[in-house]
Amino acid sequence: MATQTLSETRPRTAQAKAGSSGPHWRRHPAWWFLAPFAIMYLLFLIGPTLYMLVASFFNTSLVHDGLGSFAGLSNYAEMLGRADFQSAMWHTLLFTILTVPPLTILAFVLAVLANRIPRGQVFFRLAFFLPFILPSASIALIWVFIYTPDTGLLAMVQGWLGMKPTAVLADPTWAMWGGAAATVWWTIGFNFILYLAALQDIPRELYESAAIDGATPWQQIRHLTIPLLGSTTTLVILLQIIASLKIFDQIYLMTAGGPGQSTQVALTFITGEGFTSNRIGAASAASVLLFIAIMIIAAARQGLSQIQNARS
Amino acid sequence: MSTTTLATTTSGISAAAPPARRSGSGLQTEPRAFKIVTRVVLTIFAVLWLLPTLWAIRTSLVSNATASLGAEAVLKDTNPTLHSYSVLLQSGDIWNWYVASAVTSVLTVVLTVLFASMAGYVLSRMRFRGRWLVFMLVVLGIMVPTQVLIVPIFRELSAMHLLNTYWSVILPQVPAVVAVFIFKQFFDGLPKEMEEAARIDGAGPWRIYRSIVMPMSTPVISAVGILTFVSVWNNLILPLYTLTNPKLMTIPVGLATVQGSYGQRLADIQASAILGALPLVILYFFFQRRIVEGFAGSGVKG
Repeated sequence: MATQTLSETRPRTAQAKAGSSGPHWRRHPAWWFLAPFAIMYLLFLIGPTLYMLVASFFNTSLVHDGLGSFAGLSNYAEMLGRADFQSAMWHTLLFTILTVPPLTILAFVLAVLANRIPRGQVFFRLAFFLPFILPSASIALIWVFIYTPDTGLLAMVQGWLGMKPTAVLADPTWAMWGGAAATVWWTIGFNFILYLAALQDIPRELYESAAIDGATPWQQIRHLTIPLLGSTTTLVILLQIIASLKIFDQIYLMTAGGPGQSTQVALTFITGEGFTSNRIGAASAASVLLFIAIMIIAAARQGLSQIQNARS
Repeated sequence: MSTTTLATTTSGISAAAPPARRSGSGLQTEPRAFKIVTRVVLTIFAVLWLLPTLWAIRTSLVSNATASLGAEAVLKDTNPTLHSYSVLLQSGDIWNWYVASAVTSVLTVVLTVLFASMAGYVLSRMRFRGRWLVFMLVVLGIMVPTQVLIVPIFRELSAMHLLNTYWSVILPQVPAVVAVFIFKQFFDGLPKEMEEAARIDGAGPWRIYRSIVMPMSTPVISAVGILTFVSVWNNLILPLYTLTNPKLMTIPVGLATVQGSYGQRLADIQASAILGALPLVILYFFFQRRIVEGFAGSGVKG
């Protein structure tokens, strides 16, 4: 214990060194300070992760205590071979494909435009960002009502335009589009404010000198704004992919995976397997596969922000 | 053309326009047409974005009978009524949900802010064996998608006999690892002179943390607090499976049952969606700047 030293991380001054030999610093407060968070971290992050890994190799069931009989790789083999798991993974990917481009491009366009106007930003931020902090349950109730077949708001507008009303959520072809549209509406504000923050870091002088050189606003956006926001765009896309892979709320609330299996996504599949079919082992194997996919993207995002931090 | 301005606000909050005519700024070149197009496009999208919420509010103000006739009937209704709101507020369910959401959100905020700031303080100020490992675990923890752990977390809470208690919602959400990171970064930027002086005067680490560091940290405390509050208030998947007692349900779980149990009471359903969102709307109007900066700074998305 006497060999432990504790000094300031940043300025390793003589004072800090002197302080480190004082009596108070020998008891190693670091671990006491870390303990409360570390206990929660072990209990609710590491613990469940390990349990998920272990249970994925057993026939664990919700209705029995313990892990159940050893299953080897059979849960994984079953998952990879099952058509409904494959289609859930495909739907998750489809949802990602449907939401990431509009959530990135539209957020970018809206932020660039909002950043160029002198007044009214507070209003636009309210319009675009406020939905993001509202509960998914409110969002789902609002959108399910808009999509009401024949009599809903969408059907009315389609009628005005002379189109045949679509029963969006009851139609296997359109249900995922319906969920995707509600999601774009719900979460675009997050990307909008990320872009707005990045735009406001761009020095005004750059635009001024571009304007002096005769660059049109369009040229300024194309040759200044887009390249300068490259790293923000990468961040937005990666965060967006991670969020899409974890999609649960909107689907559970709006379609419950239906009609049929047409909107079943990875996480609704996992909860169905675990809580409805009581098959913890099988659900764990599916969780591990999704977990790995998300961790790969998340690692890319971490690596990228490390590089960015190092650069700035 | 004289009014052409290009506002590049620094804080991201006040959109205060620079003076319209800045001599020699060279910004008089933005074509008027571009300005108009900008305004028009933004306004169209803003209207589009406000529409669903306004529609829900509009529907919540008609009778259930009118609402079930369809969109045109709702649009043409001329007798606005607060009937749905009074029914919901008198039924009691929504009050139970408010209490559950408030209790779980506030307690999670308190525990997260306390625990995460202590851990962030250690990572920012102390050097000890194993620090590198702790830091790696923090970075790793940020990446873990906790929603995917719902099945094992449920199993664990069940074994701890915590199902159908508020703790089942609070405890799993306390280790919000990104909070440790946010605190650490903020502490890294604080001046260290006061702490040095206190240490020389014989103050221990707890005392320094409590009486010097935390009082200087109100911006980050409120940022982490608000982020945590919003995410716990809105969490669906965890309470959905751990709280099955209707009296204990949080707002999202309660609202999830509304579609089925209210049936054709369409105006009531929209009113419940509005009531469930209302506390966060109020929060937004009070803490707009903190909320926007907090989310932009954290880079955390659902």
